[in-house]
Amino acid sequence: MSMFRMQGAFIDNLPKIYGLYTGGFLVFVALMAILEQMGLGADTIGLLFVGFTIAIYALIGWLSRTMQVDAYYVAGRQVPPVFNGMATAADWMSGASFVAMAGGIYMGGHPYLAFVVGWTGGYVLVAVLMAPYLRKFGCYTVPDFIGTRYGGNLARFIAVVVLVVASFTYVTAQINATGTIAARALLIPFEVGVWFGLLGILLCSMLGGMRAVTWTQVAQYIVLIIAYLVPVIWMSNKQGFGIIPQLVYGDAVAKIIELEAVHQIGTLKPAEAVAGMSALVNPHSAAADSAMASWRFVTLVACMMLGTASLPHILMRYFTTPSVKAARSSVAWSLLFIFLLYFTAPALATFTKLQILDPALATSIIGKAISDVNALEWIQKWSNVGFLKIIDSNGDGILQINEFFMRGDIVVLATPEIAGLPYVISGLVAAGGMAAAMSTADGLLLAIANALSHDLYYKMIDPKAETRKRLIVARVLLLVIGAAGALVASLKLTGILGAVAWAFCFACSGLFFPLVLGVWWKRANRAGAIAGMAGGLIAGSWYLYMVKFAGMKPWLGLDDLRFGIVGMAVSLVAMVVVTLMTEEPDKETQAMVDEIRIPRGDTVLGSSH
Amino acid sequence: MSTDVDQRALHWERTKRLMFVHIGIWFVFSFVVHWFAPQLNGMSFMHFPLGYYMAAQGALVVFVIQLFVFVRQQDAIDHECGVAED
Repeated sequence: MSMFRMQGAFIDNLPKIYGLYTGGFLVFVALMAILEQMGLGADTIGLLFVGFTIAIYALIGWLSRTMQVDAYYVAGRQVPPVFNGMATAADWMSGASFVAMAGGIYMGGHPYLAFVVGWTGGYVLVAVLMAPYLRKFGCYTVPDFIGTRYGGNLARFIAVVVLVVASFTYVTAQINATGTIAARALLIPFEVGVWFGLLGILLCSMLGGMRAVTWTQVAQYIVLIIAYLVPVIWMSNKQGFGIIPQLVYGDAVAKIIELEAVHQIGTLKPAEAVAGMSALVNPHSAAADSAMASWRFVTLVACMMLGTASLPHILMRYFTTPSVKAARSSVAWSLLFIFLLYFTAPALATFTKLQILDPALATSIIGKAISDVNALEWIQKWSNVGFLKIIDSNGDGILQINEFFMRGDIVVLATPEIAGLPYVISGLVAAGGMAAAMSTADGLLLAIANALSHDLYYKMIDPKAETRKRLIVARVLLLVIGAAGALVASLKLTGILGAVAWAFCFACSGLFFPLVLGVWWKRANRAGAIAGMAGGLIAGSWYLYMVKFAGMKPWLGLDDLRFGIVGMAVSLVAMVVVTLMTEEPDKETQAMVDEIRIPRGDTVLGSSH
Repeated sequence: MSTDVDQRALHWERTKRLMFVHIGIWFVFSFVVHWFAPQLNGMSFMHFPLGYYMAAQGALVVFVIQLFVFVRQQDAIDHECGVAED
């Protein structure tokens, strides 16, 4: 505890502290492996993994508690770039990245890789266009920048609205994921699991705000990356592809292309539809040769990338670095840490598919007798919970590709069992999924609560509020929003992936151009920014509603995952036209823009504004 | 004072130029390459079909390297124009 009290000493010792933590976690994994050999049950191992890691995060959250404004909002602005990079990576990689992405690639093939490209390349925009300038600005929240750069409460208020819409859409999906994993590992019903997951999330963030979230996210990154890499490397070793599978799985891809012909993947269509599950019909690596397919790929990439550069819970992580230069290099580190998982996901999808398809491997099931397949433990386990189904449509007693249905989500979670790895690996993966979903939910809840407490309450409603009151309001809001999120999550309105893609589209529709042009176009003024934010959000939401719920035919193949394209187009045009029709901003504002463009000097906003 | 203004103007010119270069690279590896994925798949790179490789790994590698290079370049510009932090 004293380490956290003396910030200086703590910051200096970060590598040692997290080194010890990583070592301790590996010892814990080894201990579990030994206990498994000694006959400890699978359920108990799962429970210990999830329980132990959550207890550690909660402990870090408790040790990081604070009653100082700049510690609560921006972690005291002393997070070193590499550690901020890890925290951002955990903040960024959600249940969707950890659990759903490899499964999506497995089922969807090349079109789905648009998410892999889109969720990494956006960081180029963050580094080049945004993060260093927002850091120099010295804001606590993203609406804080909009409100000060453009001036006036209306601009600030609309920015808060966009932030809440985007982040809340996103956070319900994350609480949903924590609930799912908690329910399975702790053997409690989903509805209870959701509230349990929320409890863990709040333990990490409530007492220490951004400071607590930062140090738990670093811890969560370490758990999630180990949990993601270990099964893939293990499996690749077993299949003889070596210990850096990401570089050499080209041959595995080639093998799958061969097997696609053998198993008639894409030719054999399922005879019936199974709700929530699908049979494999898409080719693994081939890309459809049509302008429409290419258009759909690049529009999805664009929405995800520009959304990345507009999502407040990501941008606010770069407010915590000690300098502008550190903010910039921190973006590069973030992307490196994210890259480690994202370039592994397609490899994981490839190896798992090979396990199932390749008749030369003992684990394969396609082309085997259905009675034998049904006898496999993992098949039984996942069918029992409704994640997998085998239907002998042609009645020949042999499992064909179009008779094997599953939910994409299970690819990551079930891979250790499919590949016959010990149960300790499954427990590790559950802890990793929990870490991924919790860390993202933490960042999102904090982004929402901070915008409401700082921008809405302090800046607009009660500017005279004293520090203590501000921080209590911030915590009460965190609790209320968390509860609202858990309530919505327990209704299971949307799937994880759809909700995440929508959040990106909302963010880029409303915030991308007002943020970028606020730095790069001195002429941009208040009226333009208001028109850009409101126009983009309204147009995007309207299009989403029409396409998804009102049965409108999508324009140019832009479906509900891509409504950001429509929102951004309206936002850009509205902002530029309205800006040019109204007066240019005053001298003071223009001088402020000049000031944020150079790293030297004090931040534009004071340290406790 | 006037040299300070000149320095700042030069700094922003060079910063803008660097921005356009990196946005250009980003554009090529985010969009152009993937538009032609079916054609690239006819070629092989490290035993991968090239179009698949670029989406699964290649573009990502470019982004990571690009950002570390960008950090160094921007820092050099800041120092040469005398506007870097102390």
